[in-house]
Amino acid sequence: MPSQRILITGLSTYWGGRLAQALEADPSIDAIIGVDNEEPSVELERTEYVKVGTQHALLRRVVDAAEIDTVVDTRLVVDSATTSSRKAHENNVIGTMNILAACSGADSTVRKVVFKSSSYFYGSGQDDPAFFDESMGRPHPPRTPIERDILEAEASVAEFADTSPSVNVTVLRFANVLGPRVRTSHIELFSLPAVPMILGFDPRYQFVHEDDVVHALEHATQRQLPGVYNVAADGVLALTEVAGLLGKPYAPILPPWGTGIAAGVMRRIGLNFPSEMLAQLRFGRGLDNRRYKAAGFEYGYTSREAVLALAEHLRLHPLLRSSAEPYRYEREVEEFLRWSPNVRNGTRRPAPVSRQVRGAGLTAGPPVDHYDDLRPDEIISLTSSLEPEALRALREYENGHHGRAAVIEAIDSALARSQASGGAPGA
Amino acid sequence: MADPPRTPLSVREQPPGKGAPAPALPARRQDDLRRYLPGVEPERQLTDWGRSERVESLLDRTLVEFYYRYWFRAEVEGIENVPAGGGALLVSNHSGALPPDAVMIGKALREEHPHPRPLNITVEHFFKGYPGFSMLIPKIGCVAAHPANVHRLLYDEQQLVLVFPEGRKGSEKLYKDRYQLRRFGRGGFVEAAMRAQVPIVPVCVVGAEEAQPVFAQLKLLKKLTGLLYVPLTPTFPHLGPLGMLGYLPAKFKLRFLEPIHFDDEGMHEDKGLVQTTAHEVRARIQDGLFDMVSKRGSVWFG
Repeated sequence: MPSQRILITGLSTYWGGRLAQALEADPSIDAIIGVDNEEPSVELERTEYVKVGTQHALLRRVVDAAEIDTVVDTRLVVDSATTSSRKAHENNVIGTMNILAACSGADSTVRKVVFKSSSYFYGSGQDDPAFFDESMGRPHPPRTPIERDILEAEASVAEFADTSPSVNVTVLRFANVLGPRVRTSHIELFSLPAVPMILGFDPRYQFVHEDDVVHALEHATQRQLPGVYNVAADGVLALTEVAGLLGKPYAPILPPWGTGIAAGVMRRIGLNFPSEMLAQLRFGRGLDNRRYKAAGFEYGYTSREAVLALAEHLRLHPLLRSSAEPYRYEREVEEFLRWSPNVRNGTRRPAPVSRQVRGAGLTAGPPVDHYDDLRPDEIISLTSSLEPEALRALREYENGHHGRAAVIEAIDSALARSQASGGAPGA
Repeated sequence: MADPPRTPLSVREQPPGKGAPAPALPARRQDDLRRYLPGVEPERQLTDWGRSERVESLLDRTLVEFYYRYWFRAEVEGIENVPAGGGALLVSNHSGALPPDAVMIGKALREEHPHPRPLNITVEHFFKGYPGFSMLIPKIGCVAAHPANVHRLLYDEQQLVLVFPEGRKGSEKLYKDRYQLRRFGRGGFVEAAMRAQVPIVPVCVVGAEEAQPVFAQLKLLKKLTGLLYVPLTPTFPHLGPLGMLGYLPAKFKLRFLEPIHFDDEGMHEDKGLVQTTAHEVRARIQDGLFDMVSKRGSVWFG
């Protein structure tokens, strides 16, 4: 049963927004509704935003009224640097409980729950296996608040799955995310002039690119995949290797003994080592990602490629600071765009086209979804956001199928621009 | 060094069962998932296990080459008992304060075997937690002796794995107990081989006991350094940390015994069979050792 009416909890988080944008491109989805306490932080075409926190009675009414069949929970806080541990607990544990309460009940219309979790579930310990698979638990009880929260949240999801056999529950445990747009504590550390390490340790790290995170959530939404899946790109890198790929030296600034105290001192001078990160900086973690691959998911990036993509962004970042203004949600404008009879489809902004480009064998289909339906000006506005590889594919396809001179010219100039800026995407 | 593979991970900390799929998992993942193993990225210098070809070959060309060829003058027999393809579990006796046997077995495979393959050496989890060791140990092909690691290497990746079922009991034993095998763990290594359906190749190493005899264990220094043990050897600790590499030039002899095959599925569930096989492997290695020592003319010249 493909999902038709989707509720995204945590629409204003980075992942909620990205997922909504991705789902909007799928015409088979009737309704996308997002709830959050705060207003969305990205531009959305047809997603409806409802300002609701995690009060289960209100959520329940939204779910029932909209006959939601799928709930995607993207709210989990996995980085203690982003908020206080009290708020994180409220969000991760109590929030999850409330959302699940809103989905349960014999008369509930919800048939699928996708829960975004984290590989912090496994922790990092001395006697860990080199690759955690989904059936393994944590060897030791968690010591940091965030990890305790994640375990508790997953426990309530597991309990929900047990008591609601008619609901398809998917839990995705994501490795550390890298990418040009997302902000995490790890990316902040990797942005420093040197990669900080604990003296005498070279932990193994596995990453996942931000686009793969969105695709993985989308993948689970579109299919029936009950159970737990690790989502981590192929390849486990040593931290020294990561530093090499970033083109930075590594600095063993944390002592092997008294690491927690030293990290506290570092925090004072602005180097943020969240407590759950310290164990990972010491012991690292590897994940067995084969189960999700067997479920049909294909990664766009390996761990190494994800680091390289971040490296490109970090080199370009100082030049981009003063670029586009951040999006601001204006309720009146959004409502006008959605509901006013005066808004004509033709004047709306181009459909958010999925930027996933299909590999090298491009001659078979268009390189961008619904490409044939787009008008030339829509394509031209799209070119600025594509990567050089995609542009080349696009040019080839346009040449072979439509041959519109204006489009080819626009692609060529976008290609020239991207080459001038060192082949970086989104320049 | 190698701890007997531990009992499976505690499940107490797991949230109460993740519905139906999780329990059904182990059975299915056996054959389905092997083709989903990550591919090799040729640009990388490390494997997913953290093994570095660069560090390894540097050591191999210098230190290991010197010890293997000129210092220990290693002599190898029965190398053909190590299969040229597929997974295999090498089981050896363990001795010498900083045991040279693992590295010498790896070198013997590279030098003498018609199809040299990398050898994964299982070590105690301790090394992952000790600064310095934690960095170096994986780079030279050592892997923590976790049952899941051994299974992935043997079954999924079809590699060679070396275990020392005696573990540290072997390498910390005193000179007077030389060539007397300690207890062989809890038979976890047999279980691993049976589960992965790969053969066990018993290996006897003679010479390591005399190369670095242990006269005593220094309890106080052990406590101060936090190491597994601190032995008193001819060169350590009075010559400093490098004294750990001070081996006497004993003649090394390595003998690879006939492999023991486990082709039936589900053999590892028979605990009795596991224990019997573990004793059998131990007996074969012990017999091999006594045989080799009895035929040895001189400790130094073989």
